[in-house]
Amino acid sequence: MERLLDWTFVVGHMNYWLFIVLMMTGLFIVVARGNLVKKIIGLNIFQAAVFMLYISIGKVTGGTAPIYPVDMQGHMQVDPSIIYSNPLPHVLILTAIVVGIATTSLALALTIRIREAYDTIEEDDILKIERHMAAEDNKEHGAAMGGRA
Amino acid sequence: MSAVETQHVARDLMDQLPVLQVAIPLIAAPLIVFIGNRKLAWAIAFAASAAAFVIACTLLWQVIDGSVISYHIGGWAPPLGIEYRIDALSAMILMLISGIGTIVLPYAYASVAAEIPKKQHTLFYALFMLCLTGLLGMVATGDAFNIFVFLEISSLSTYVLVAMGAHKDPRALTAAYDYLIMGTIGATFFVIGLGMLYMATGTLNLADLAERIADQGINRTVRAGFAFVVVGMGLKVAMYPLHHWLPNAYTFAPSAVTTFLAATATKAAIYVMLRFLFSVFSPGFHFEDWTLYLIFIPFSLLAMFAASFVAVFQTNLKRMLAFSSIAQIGYMLLGIAMLNATGLSAAVVHMVNHGISKAALFMGVGAMVMYSGSAFFDDLKGLGRKMPITGAVMVAGGLSLIGVPGTAGFISKWMLVQAAFENGWWIIAIAIMLSSLLAVIYVWRMFEVLYLTAPSDDCTATDPPLPMLVPMLILAGACIWFGFDTELTLGSARVAAEGLLAGSAGMMH
Amino acid sequence: MMHHHLILRVVTKMLVGTIILFAFYVQFHGDFSPGGGFQAGVIMAVAFILYGIVFGLNKAEEVFPPWLVHKLAAFGVLVYAGTGVVSLLLGYNFLDYNAFNPGHPSHGQHWGIFAVELGVGITVTGVMVAIYYAFAGRPPPINDEDW
Repeated sequence: MERLLDWTFVVGHMNYWLFIVLMMTGLFIVVARGNLVKKIIGLNIFQAAVFMLYISIGKVTGGTAPIYPVDMQGHMQVDPSIIYSNPLPHVLILTAIVVGIATTSLALALTIRIREAYDTIEEDDILKIERHMAAEDNKEHGAAMGGRA
Repeated sequence: MSAVETQHVARDLMDQLPVLQVAIPLIAAPLIVFIGNRKLAWAIAFAASAAAFVIACTLLWQVIDGSVISYHIGGWAPPLGIEYRIDALSAMILMLISGIGTIVLPYAYASVAAEIPKKQHTLFYALFMLCLTGLLGMVATGDAFNIFVFLEISSLSTYVLVAMGAHKDPRALTAAYDYLIMGTIGATFFVIGLGMLYMATGTLNLADLAERIADQGINRTVRAGFAFVVVGMGLKVAMYPLHHWLPNAYTFAPSAVTTFLAATATKAAIYVMLRFLFSVFSPGFHFEDWTLYLIFIPFSLLAMFAASFVAVFQTNLKRMLAFSSIAQIGYMLLGIAMLNATGLSAAVVHMVNHGISKAALFMGVGAMVMYSGSAFFDDLKGLGRKMPITGAVMVAGGLSLIGVPGTAGFISKWMLVQAAFENGWWIIAIAIMLSSLLAVIYVWRMFEVLYLTAPSDDCTATDPPLPMLVPMLILAGACIWFGFDTELTLGSARVAAEGLLAGSAGMMH
Repeated sequence: MMHHHLILRVVTKMLVGTIILFAFYVQFHGDFSPGGGFQAGVIMAVAFILYGIVFGLNKAEEVFPPWLVHKLAAFGVLVYAGTGVVSLLLGYNFLDYNAFNPGHPSHGQHWGIFAVELGVGITVTGVMVAIYYAFAGRPPPINDEDW
């Protein structure tokens, strides 16, 4: 009889389960939170989940750090019997982390500017102000057209 | 490294073109910041994008016969190294992007001076160059992860460029913030998709990816990767339900930025989508058929009608054109979803034609905004009469947007209708024509405001200075020219479409 | 602020030099041990940021003026791209490090990576410090009711 729950599968893929949980947590925060800074934190969690996915991909069972030992003359000693982890996903995600830093700092900078312009970083308040601005525009520029400015 | 070194053959300039295409704007950006002189900044930016344009033209001329140029960065052969691949499709999009960049820059000089404080001018041009680098890189590269990197380069600089509109309206900031959140989610989805494809195949080179997927068939990981890539790119493309970031970003960004973005940013994203839909996954992949039929067609039809309908009711010309862009993206995706050579050529030609028409229109609006202060219709009353050349440019752009015979827009819509007939989809052909009627309505509203209303008595508006006029005239001329001479656009699009439909075979070395 | 936190100030003065030294180690020893431009650049920036946090932004800007920060950030990218251009001019592919020593490619690789990582390190230092300056230089107007 096939078991209902394959524990080796469940535990063996722990990283991937956590990836899904983290990713969904982050995405939920981005969607559900109204505070601009909290949205950025959510985005960061979301991205961190992806980093974790990539790092998990690179793991090879029994693999060690992918550094070839060097002898005294500086020649690499390649031993085919040693299993190495896959370094490529790690390198890729290093790039993605840097992109993440750039995104985060840009988002925070925008938040500061938004705070200076709107005096709030709550989405509801910003939307209220913007709706007001749009209404003013409409009043001035012909709400008769029925459009949102 | 220790392996046998093949005798090195010195390379000349022609061999280096694919990388110079991306490297020249990339070098120009830090150079502008490093020198930090405002006048020089513009000159460097213009020289770099003009050089990129010349290179793109040369590349297109080299690959127009259907051949492929493969360039190995750092001398590392693919699939291990990063490869730049130029075929007819990518050369065409490269030409569009660099061409629009070159044309926008003279216009930007006056427009930016009017809209952005002096202190930020050098940064503006540096970011413009970075954005150009990113877009060109996305198209030129043949490595999936490299696409992500360039995508983020272009996106991050775009967010800042949009936010630079904040000096006129603080809503540019929230528009940029929204765009940033959505764009980052899109790009991250794309990376997740790539991760899954990498898990299943162990490679990131597009050609190699195509080969391995074709070899080992489809499994659940590949499908999930496909879905993530399509949704992630869909966000960047502003595919209908994922378009929320676009109207605000286009409305509140500085005019020069809007012009550039409207003509290029979504096009580069569509290019990446095409690459994944047709080159990496072959069209025969049945999951893709379903995606195209069940998702692309309904949503692009929705985009064509809903976005056009919303555009009709706008009170702000820039915003109206932004919604029209969403509708036009619908046409392109519809052409892709037709899955035949004519439809694909239509989509590719429409990318170019729509890019040109929209750029002309946004430039015209930008020139008018310089005098009127806003793009609201009641501020633009009668400006077409006061600014005859600008008005004429907008007429040409507007007619091309509708698809009036004799303009570029007609060619692509005609192709699209033909493609629908080829598949026997009468209803969709009729839908294309009906939605064009909606375009007639909103473009007519523009004409009405520009020509049929009286300008205010104290209106002193005149045509903008020559550096702004010439780019507009070139684009307007292109709108008409490509309506008659379809050799360049349609010819290369046909080659591109054939390359795409050859599927993963088109990617083989 | 300047007259308080004696221990912090003394410790910082001692640490800043060490951190910079460590940054150079990570930068230049990156060929043989984990490290490289990104890490070194961040560590280097940390030294200036620590200095700025303890002694105040103005002092930090005296040591490392903002204009220099921006130029350095641009300069690093130029070093990186310049390496590629040099290899182009030598008749090799973009960033093909073999160009730097065709007779002994692995040495060429070594030098190429060295130059590129140096560029990365300079840029990352510049960008990180620039980000710190940009955020610290904009003190938010905190009202009483915000607390």
